[in-house]
Amino acid sequence: MSELNDLYQSVILDHNKRPRNRRKLPTATRVATGDNPTCGDQCTVYLRMEHANGAPDRIAEITFDGSGCAISQASASLMTTQLKGKTPEEAATTFSEFAEIVKTGKAPEDFTELAAFAGVHAFPARIKCATLAWHAALEALKQPDQSPGESAA
Amino acid sequence: MSSLARTRADFPTLHQNVGPHPLVYLDNAATSHKPRAVIDALARYYECDNSNVHRGLHALSMRATDGFDAARARAAKFINAADPAEIVFTRGTTESINLVAQSWGAANLRPGDVILITEMEHHSNLVPWQQIAQRTGATLRYVPVAGENAQHGLDLDALDKLLTPEVKIFAFTHISNTLGTINPAADLCARARKAGALTLLDAAQSIGHEPLDVRAIGCDFLAFSGHKMCGPTGIGVLYGRRELLDAMTPWQSGGGMIANVEYFNTTYKPSPERFEAGTPDVSGAIGLHAAMDYLDALGRPLIAAHDSALAAQARAALAELPGIRILGPLQNSKRSGLVSFAFKDVHAHDIVTFADQDGIALRGGHHCNQPLMRKLGLPSTTRASFYVYNTPEEIDILIKSLRKILKFFGS
Repeated sequence: MSELNDLYQSVILDHNKRPRNRRKLPTATRVATGDNPTCGDQCTVYLRMEHANGAPDRIAEITFDGSGCAISQASASLMTTQLKGKTPEEAATTFSEFAEIVKTGKAPEDFTELAAFAGVHAFPARIKCATLAWHAALEALKQPDQSPGESAA
Repeated sequence: MSSLARTRADFPTLHQNVGPHPLVYLDNAATSHKPRAVIDALARYYECDNSNVHRGLHALSMRATDGFDAARARAAKFINAADPAEIVFTRGTTESINLVAQSWGAANLRPGDVILITEMEHHSNLVPWQQIAQRTGATLRYVPVAGENAQHGLDLDALDKLLTPEVKIFAFTHISNTLGTINPAADLCARARKAGALTLLDAAQSIGHEPLDVRAIGCDFLAFSGHKMCGPTGIGVLYGRRELLDAMTPWQSGGGMIANVEYFNTTYKPSPERFEAGTPDVSGAIGLHAAMDYLDALGRPLIAAHDSALAAQARAALAELPGIRILGPLQNSKRSGLVSFAFKDVHAHDIVTFADQDGIALRGGHHCNQPLMRKLGLPSTTRASFYVYNTPEEIDILIKSLRKILKFFGS
């Protein structure tokens, strides 16, 4: 069970049971959906960007919905707590750090709650579950802004 | 069940541990393990007879050709086809269905025609028809599944309404890989025939589990794979009635399928060779022959009884678990050797990962059946599927593991 306990850390179980920011965002200006074709899981990420000097600057709000396993749901939930307030560049950096943790199982000691996902590396088939929401978020960050309600889920 | 108890010894892969636990293999609907007799047949072919078939006049080539032809005759006998020429070797069920869709479908379907399939089809008996419908302008229609958790199987009243004169082919699965439902194939073929439609039976999930007689069923085409019935991967069969196959044009071309080639024109061999361009999977066919011999030595009626008894036991034990939703028919007689289930609060992926830590091989996901899963309102299910070598004790291990998982997730 020890590898399983590493995989399903209490942080992950908690976010799976009580996901944060799991809702559609009516004011979203960007929406992207990620599919995991091996299991049929789907995750849609909703973003509202904050503007500075007339250009999109930081993530003002980020939510998600969809269905999935404990790993994908917890990862999406934790992601929303980590990316809020970040610029697209900062978000990309956080994602590479997260991807590194998931693949290698090694996390810097002071690294946030995302380090809870280190256990995934022992289950290579589950890496896609852990990164599903992140890929959707990165996709959304690449889009231009649309009026709220126009972005199709 | 006791008469099959000794079969475990025939399967080398079963005798291993996964981590500290003995392997409990319950993913047979995805692929079965291979008995020693099949592995030996493959090794013997490569060690003694390996050669290319058909055109060779030397000793090894003649032996390889004899082995390949014997496999075709054996396959014909296995499904009671009238003629070995009605057996086309393919890579598997998927390729067999694609062959019919692309060769027969492209030549015979027009705008206004209807292709009828069902809501319980595997993607392999859905996407090829979608594609040919888009290419030919034909319309694709679905026979709905009925009842809570699809427990009533296909809606036969709806089927009769859907079987209009525009339906040119009705393609359906014999056993649903997601629900375990056994469809009444002979009855469905008779209804289609009355309406003037051809039939294609997807036998991927039934071929290794029960006796199958294409003439008693009355299907026009039948598709199956070797690897779910103790045979090697990469070999499968398309059965087609002789006059249908002979009227169909090749879908792939090259060596082995031609009668005469000129610079600008070619005539083709009759079926089945016209559909087997290139060097065929000789070893696969020989391995499939050995698998068919193996299954018939056990006795297919006995296998069917064994598998469905295990599925019935599993279903009864699973029904005791809190918050479970079990798909498919309630009656044991209508269910094959698999059970598909879902829990409200624990996703199939998490179950499969946990069970794997106990040495149990399950499948979790949409089982290549996404439209049906959407209709049932499920993102995924967990599936346990049984075969000749599974035992009642393995079901106990499964249930124990599932209870542990539910406890862990606090359900």
